[in-house]
Formats: sequence, C-alpha cells, structure tokens
Amino acid sequence: MITELLRNIFRFVALVLVQVLIIKNIELGRFINPFIYTLFLIILPFETPKWAILFIGFILGLTIDMFYDTAGLHAAACVVMAYMRPGILKLFSPRDGYESGTQPTIQYLGIPWFLSYSAILVVSHHLVLFYLEIFRFSEFFSTLLRVIISSLATLLLIVVIQFLFNRKKEQE
Amino acid sequence: MRNLLLFIWKHYFFFVFLLLEGFCLYLVVQNNYYQHATFVNSSNKLSANVLETSRGVKDYFYLKDVNEGLAQENAELRSRLLESYSLVVNDKHVMNDTSLHQKYTYTSAKVVNNSTNRRNNFLTLDKGSKHGITKDMAVITNTGIVGQVKDISENFCTVMSMLHSRTIVSAKIKKDGSYGPLTWDGANFEYVTLSDIPTHVRLVKGDTIVTSAYSLTFPENIKIGVVDSWERKSGEYFYTVRVRLLTDFKKLTHVYIVNNMMKNEQEQLETKSEADSKE
Repeated sequence: MITELLRNIFRFVALVLVQVLIIKNIELGRFINPFIYTLFLIILPFETPKWAILFIGFILGLTIDMFYDTAGLHAAACVVMAYMRPGILKLFSPRDGYESGTQPTIQYLGIPWFLSYSAILVVSHHLVLFYLEIFRFSEFFSTLLRVIISSLATLLLIVVIQFLFNRKKEQE
Repeated sequence: MRNLLLFIWKHYFFFVFLLLEGFCLYLVVQNNYYQHATFVNSSNKLSANVLETSRGVKDYFYLKDVNEGLAQENAELRSRLLESYSLVVNDKHVMNDTSLHQKYTYTSAKVVNNSTNRRNNFLTLDKGSKHGITKDMAVITNTGIVGQVKDISENFCTVMSMLHSRTIVSAKIKKDGSYGPLTWDGANFEYVTLSDIPTHVRLVKGDTIVTSAYSLTFPENIKIGVVDSWERKSGEYFYTVRVRLLTDFKKLTHVYIVNNMMKNEQEQLETKSEADSKE
C-alpha cells in the first residue's frame, strides 16, 4: 500500500516534470500539443475511491496550470476526465469484474482494451482543454483538428511510455 | 430536508464534480476577462524558479546570437554618443538640459519562460515589483515589440505576448503614417495582421511597420515588422496586411521593459474628458 502510494507520487512528479520541461519545449507546430501527464489519471489503481480521483485530477491540473500560465484550464479538463473514468471503466469491464491487485495498463489488460479505454479519456480531456482555451466558436474546425491530432500524439506517447514501464517490471 | 441530504449523499460523486469543475471554470473566466493577478501563474515562486533554472541551461545555447545582437546594439548606441558627433561651427542650435523631459525609462530583463505554439502565449521575465515593474508596461527588444506586462510578483512578471488572441497594438506604416490595429491570427508565430489600412496607400513589399503614437503603452516608432503581402476582402474598403515580425519570438532571451512616465497624467486627463462628455 505504502509502496503503491510512493510509486504514484513519484509518477506524478516525473510526468509533470517531463511535460513542462521537455514536451512543452518540443514544438511540432500549432496542431500537435501532446499532454502525456494525463497518463497519471489513466493508470491510477482500480481501487482508488471515486472522489479521490476527482481531487487528484484537480490538483494535477492546477500543477500543470502553474507552468502553462493557464489558471484553471488544465484543471477543468482533468476534472472532466476524472469524472468520466469510473463510468468508462464500468463500460469496458470484463464479465467477472477486474482482478484485484491489477491496474488499468497494457500489461494486465492488453493493447486493444487499453487503447479504447484511454482514447475516450484523452479525447475528452483534449476537447475540454482546447475549446476552453479558445473560448469562442469562430475557430471551431481548426480546433477540432487540433484535438484529433494532439490526441493521437498523446496516445502514441502514452503507449510508448507503457512499453518502457513494462520491460522494467519484467526485469524486476 | 432529510431527503435532499440523502439525495446529495447518494450522488455525491456528481456534486463533487460540479463543485470542482465550477471552481475551475471560475478561474478560467476570471483569468480571461478581468486578467486579475491570479495566483496560479508562472510568476509564482515554485514554478518560476524551476523554469528559471531550465532557462539558464537553454540560454547557453543562444549565447552566440545574443552576443551578436548586443554588439550590434552597442555599435548603434555608440554612434549616438555625444563624442561621435562633430561640432558644427556657427551652429545656432543650443542643447539645453532643462528643455528635455524624460518620458520613457527602460529596465532590462531576462526571459525565463516563453511559448510560441499556443493560441495564447505568455512570457515570464525575471523582474518584478521589487524593480519597479507595474501592470501594462510595454516590453520590447532591440528588434521590435514583444508584449505587455500582465501579472507581477516580487521578483518576476508575466507578459502577454504579441502572440496572444487578445493583444491589440496600434501600429502604422512608417513612410506615410496610416495606422490600424495589429493582431495575431494564431497561425504562424512569424506573421501578424495589420487591418484597416485605407486602399489609397501605395503598399510595397518590405515597408516598415512601427508602433503609432496613439498607444499609451508603447513609445512611438518602435519597429515591429515588414509588409509581406496584402489583400482587400470583397466588400471592404480597407487592406488587410500580413506583416512579417522582425523579432524571432522563439529566440527571445533579453528584453527591455518600458515605463511611460507620463502615462498616468494622460490617462487621467482622457478619462476626465470622457466623463465630461457623457454628462
């Protein structure tokens, strides 16, 4: 339990730092803005209470906001994502529920399951984020394109990170 | 009442969500419309220090360009020194110190955080209230304008970049003085848009665009960019001009914060006349 907590805190700090120090500075044009910190909310353990996920999402979003100068923007997107997570998990659950002690990762549930689960969460996060940032409808379609391309980039990075993690665990 | 409480307890997840989301939206709206000094921005100590360290490493790679720029500017300033003017015999013009009144003062600052790839871009500078920086001061470099100070903490300030959807700067074409609002359409960080230029103006590719005298913030004749192309939309009597910025916003490292010492005086007078005309 304690190691799980420590591992999650470490993951939180690592993902935030990677996001604001590395990803933020990689500029691939206006349409590709991956936000890999969402991975933290995606792979929280199944047992995490629902209300805790909301608050964790809120804090995670505010932390990112501090670095991106966007008060409340990322927090709003993260809270929406955290709110949707339990429902999505229920929707995709195997017939006899999730095994205890497992996490919603590629390692335990395979690529197809993980991709469909995380795609919904990532797209909803990016939708809220980009439309709230623009705050008007005049650039509707270019923003939609931004959401789609950025979500693909985020998903790709998230899967790559998962594979790096997996290999590490097998060695242990 | 008891039923209501039971109802809320049963759906607590939804209500916690509403509460948090409402708070987030409040922050966003407050930040967008009133531009209050919000506490979640990069002039706060923790994030500014992390970003400053990271910037310190990055600065090293730009040293060559910065040195060239500084050397160029030094040369330009040196040419304006009194020593570099030769005395003209029988010149009647006498420079009297009391006849000059300083209007603008400059503070140099270092960029510790910067972005160009978002719709609304900000910079963080390492000068704050301790150095006499106040809201709405202009920020420029030796190659052109950068933006306007937004939030200030003790040691840092954030700047609303020219590359922000709500930045509007009054600019004019240097050769004939026709002016219009300058905005950024969000497509490319190298180009901005100057609108409302009357069609009788003979535009030439490469014409210099500078700040106009109608801005309270920016001094007049600060360089902005050069004319790249222009078009007249059907049904409009004005040109919309695409302007290539002279400043490379990706490579900003050292900037100047400009303080207009007569701003308050002008502002007070103008609000007074406006109030009078309403009566």
